[in-house]
Amino acid sequence: MAIQGMRSGLAQFSGRAITFFARAVTAVRPVWQGLDPGQVRQRIYFANHASHGDFILIWAVLPPRQQQATRPVAGADYWQKGRLRSFIGQDVFNALLIQRNNGQTTTGPVDLMAEALDAGASLIVFPEGTRNQTDEALLPLKSGLYHLARQRPQVDLVPVWIENLNRVLPKGALIPVPLMCKVIFGAALHVAPDEAKDDFLNRARAALLSLKPQPEAT
Amino acid sequence: MDDARSDLLTVIAGIGGVLVFASVVGWALARRYSPQGESSAIENLNDRIRAWWVMTLALALAFLGGHVGVIALFALCSFAALREFMTLTNATRADHNTLAAAFFIVLPVQFWLVWIKWYGLYSIFIPVYVFLLLPIISALAGETRNYLIRIAEMQWALMICVFCVSHVPALLNLNIPAGRGVLLIAFLVIVVQLSDVLQYVWGKLIGRHKIAPKLSPSKTVEGFIGGSLSATLIGTALWWMTPFTPLQAAGMSLLITMMGFAGGLVMSAIKRDRGVKDWGHSIAGHGGFIDRLDSVLFAAPIFFHVTRYFWKLG
Repeated sequence: MAIQGMRSGLAQFSGRAITFFARAVTAVRPVWQGLDPGQVRQRIYFANHASHGDFILIWAVLPPRQQQATRPVAGADYWQKGRLRSFIGQDVFNALLIQRNNGQTTTGPVDLMAEALDAGASLIVFPEGTRNQTDEALLPLKSGLYHLARQRPQVDLVPVWIENLNRVLPKGALIPVPLMCKVIFGAALHVAPDEAKDDFLNRARAALLSLKPQPEAT
Repeated sequence: MDDARSDLLTVIAGIGGVLVFASVVGWALARRYSPQGESSAIENLNDRIRAWWVMTLALALAFLGGHVGVIALFALCSFAALREFMTLTNATRADHNTLAAAFFIVLPVQFWLVWIKWYGLYSIFIPVYVFLLLPIISALAGETRNYLIRIAEMQWALMICVFCVSHVPALLNLNIPAGRGVLLIAFLVIVVQLSDVLQYVWGKLIGRHKIAPKLSPSKTVEGFIGGSLSATLIGTALWWMTPFTPLQAAGMSLLITMMGFAGGLVMSAIKRDRGVKDWGHSIAGHGGFIDRLDSVLFAAPIFFHVTRYFWKLG
């Protein structure tokens, strides 16, 4: 009991320390484009994925009450390796860990996510499936997002564009470089009753890409 | 209490008085014209005044903390400014190690050199050593696309955000009477920032002819002349806090306001080039750190060297 309490106290402290560090490096700032941050609703945040720090930035800018209820969905292969990672993944951020095989998600994960939604959690997902290392802005989205949206059509799907974190911590780099980041939240979408899988995924992808900041033409 | 200390407290009290006055005016304006926050100009003015309180408090604490306080404060400003600048450059994944070296080696070393007063090295460390060594790290990454642009931008960022900023605390190293170095920094910051504020005020009151409409639509000839002359007058009146005579203080103030104006213009040109309105969002009402520091950045190294040369100091 005492050990449990200490562990959760340590987890809470670590959560604060990690978000403080993330803010110190990135000066991260939320931009709300068509989403009211004060409104408490169950949501699936789906974001572009370039770095292991992605969900930390989203988590850091969410209002405190929503932080508690929001669980990142992450790859078990990475977040179960070693005691520190599994402490950060499970104790600090309460991540929903998914077994991946070759980056392809099987049908199991969608059921797991639906279960977590039924328990009242909001989720952070990265539907590209893997970290994007290419020059493309966004990889094609995996179908898991569609299946999840079909299973729980009432939950808001919120596109979230994470700007610049790929430059702060590119894949393979150990030291993060301080550059300013933005987390841009778009308007919620839902899957239409008769919408085909590819149509929905294209629509979701376009919604995500539309949030990407373009240099202002002057 | 010695002279310098009591002069410093006088200066801090004076700035406090100006801010109290500004806050009362801002409050009265808001009550009269913007009770529900409907006038964005007045809300912005009050945001700015609040931010000035915070900045003044930070500066006052740093000044009272002496050498350590001033170096720590400007090292932090330098870090924040460098982060804003690097964000807008073309630096890519291939420059990751170069950027890490800039933030975690070059910046601390430069301020450490200022701390140990090694003038011979801190005045050439970034312009010579870093200039030659840093591009090697990026070259080793093997990415040639935009190479010249990338390394030139990173060098520029380091010159502006680290080299120039470090010349503010470097003023402490000049060989002037004990405790007066801090006052010299206060003089620089007060004249440069007042010049910015007064140019804005004069511009709003009688500004007609734009100086550089493409770069900075708010800068006018009338604002520039009125602002720099009135800031020079105030700087002259503050001669007692410096090692200068009133006439010398007038010349120095004019030099500072001219460089400050140039800094604002050049940094605006970079923002327009990159299609952003502000460098960042850290300081409510002002934008980023560079938005507030742009004029100080340009004035500091010149002020440092002219003072050093003419007063045969250090």
